[in-house]
Amino acid sequence: MSNQPGKPATDHPMSAPRSVTSSGDDYFEHDADIGVIGRGATLEEAFESAAAATFAVMADLSAVRPERSVTLDFEEADVEIALVRWLNLLLGLSHEHGLVFSRFWIERDGVRWRGGASGEPWRRDLERGTEVKGATLTMLEVKQEREGWLARCVVDV
Amino acid sequence: MDLSKLKRIDGWSWTVAPAPGEARGDVRLYGSRELLATMDNKVMEQITNVARLPGLVGPAMTMPDAHWGYGFPIGGVAAFDPEQGGIISAGGVGFDISCGIRCLRTNLQLTDVAGELPSLARELSENIPAGVGEEGDIKLSQEALDEVMAGGARWAVEHGYGAAADLEFIEEGGRVAGPVPQNVSALAKKRQRGEMGTLGSGNHYLEVQVVDRIHDAAAAQTYGLREGQLLISIHCGSRGLGHQIGTDYLVSLAKAASRLGIRLPDRELACAPINTPEGQQYIGAMNAAINCALANRQILTHLTRKCFSRLIPRAQLETLFDVSHNTCKREQHLVDGKKRLLYVHRKGATRAFGPGHPALPERYRATGQPVVIGGSMGTGSWILAGNAESENRAFSSASHGAGRAMSRKQALKQWHGRQLVDELARQGILIRTRSLRGVAEEAPGAYKDVDLVAEATERAGLARRVAFLRPKVCIKG
Repeated sequence: MSNQPGKPATDHPMSAPRSVTSSGDDYFEHDADIGVIGRGATLEEAFESAAAATFAVMADLSAVRPERSVTLDFEEADVEIALVRWLNLLLGLSHEHGLVFSRFWIERDGVRWRGGASGEPWRRDLERGTEVKGATLTMLEVKQEREGWLARCVVDV
Repeated sequence: MDLSKLKRIDGWSWTVAPAPGEARGDVRLYGSRELLATMDNKVMEQITNVARLPGLVGPAMTMPDAHWGYGFPIGGVAAFDPEQGGIISAGGVGFDISCGIRCLRTNLQLTDVAGELPSLARELSENIPAGVGEEGDIKLSQEALDEVMAGGARWAVEHGYGAAADLEFIEEGGRVAGPVPQNVSALAKKRQRGEMGTLGSGNHYLEVQVVDRIHDAAAAQTYGLREGQLLISIHCGSRGLGHQIGTDYLVSLAKAASRLGIRLPDRELACAPINTPEGQQYIGAMNAAINCALANRQILTHLTRKCFSRLIPRAQLETLFDVSHNTCKREQHLVDGKKRLLYVHRKGATRAFGPGHPALPERYRATGQPVVIGGSMGTGSWILAGNAESENRAFSSASHGAGRAMSRKQALKQWHGRQLVDELARQGILIRTRSLRGVAEEAPGAYKDVDLVAEATERAGLARRVAFLRPKVCIKG
């Protein structure tokens, strides 16, 4: 895994981070924690959407400026485990650099995944939600449906 | 929960009969009919899955505050024998390794300082880092973090956070044996760099409470409790370090289980036999996180004392007890009349050693270990005392909280943070938070009735009620 805080996301040669909105439909019921749902036309878009739903638990993403970026990469053959690793790597980088992310991108080349996120350091005037500790394997599902891809799991808060 | 699937053992414990041909251990659900009826069916499904894991000793159990978790239910207890292929499970400990409660007793009566509570609320909210994205003033190098993971609360005391007298009243004397910081990833250490001495968010809190009523006068006297007295409870865990260890090992143990031929009924039960390199690696990392949590609560204790002494110089805050409720501990228990060394998972369950246990400080040895059932910010909390193993059949475990009764999503639909803060203020409870959404998610109505949980805990023989505490100030993350 690599990360480059401070590097503008748009400099990345492969992809620019997409701004993904999050709505009430991006969550499902779980007693103590929260189920996040990502949807998209492609597997990658569903992953990006799941990342947005995860970070929207912590902050109002529309108020987060994409000023600083990080990148990451990993190898994973199991697409469901890949979703969990993707979300957990983002959460780890977010904490390591004190950033909250609002935009996300990911690409897949076989078992290799490359992605990144953009955001900014926490500001006093950013309304805080609830901290997400990690993505779990509970109700983990990545599948193609008639309308597109769905990627979901429970995140621990 | 569908009660028709349960078989009542007595008034306060239940079991689920295996289906024909189903090979698994026994399960035991503690609680009243009323409490069990409010639980999701997933609680039964999850604890039944735990009973399928190798090397289980005794039943897989849920406490009266149980609710649906991931892998293990929250409020789940299960013991495994390493000599019988018993396993260690990251999903049986949770992400917030060694989350727990530090309880402090003060020499103050509410009547003496009632007018100062608003100032105290402000002082605490300004000086206790709380909430997502908040860092503390302590920035530790990776080498220093290794020392924290090795030393626990003792490291904190040696570095000026609190007093040596605190250590006697922290489980394991403030430091658990067997930490292996080398088993903790670089990312986990980086995540913790700014998070020592922070509260976190979600259900974590720092509360100033008043002893509302005493149930057991003798035990209360031993614990130094009297009606009208102010106490402080600090609920938090190992922060980013523990979260990342949970994250790292959840995936690696899930893969290890597959490699080692363990058929998991739920991938979230990611585990490895205790006597394997994979199992031992997780145990070393988990113990490192436990020490990090004990150090974190010790630092928060120090910060709390500073806040009190600035406003009320005569205030004295002594550690009543500090106990974790997300751990797996190596303990000796009596099983069918024989002493056995077991690994007891408690996920959202408090260790509750009874009278005479050698691990207890001398002051509490005749009474039993203090057990805290933390309630919601609007209702209250209970202090209980641990029972002897002849009464507590749950490997010395008890409830840890009120337990959620509805999801966060449902709570957000029902309550607004601002309205709740105002309503609680009218009831004399001061809430200070940076997350009104978090307050709504944690609405008192989203939790079970803490009185019912405490009563069921006592009636089931798990622990006995000592005192009820009402919240006065709550710092929420």
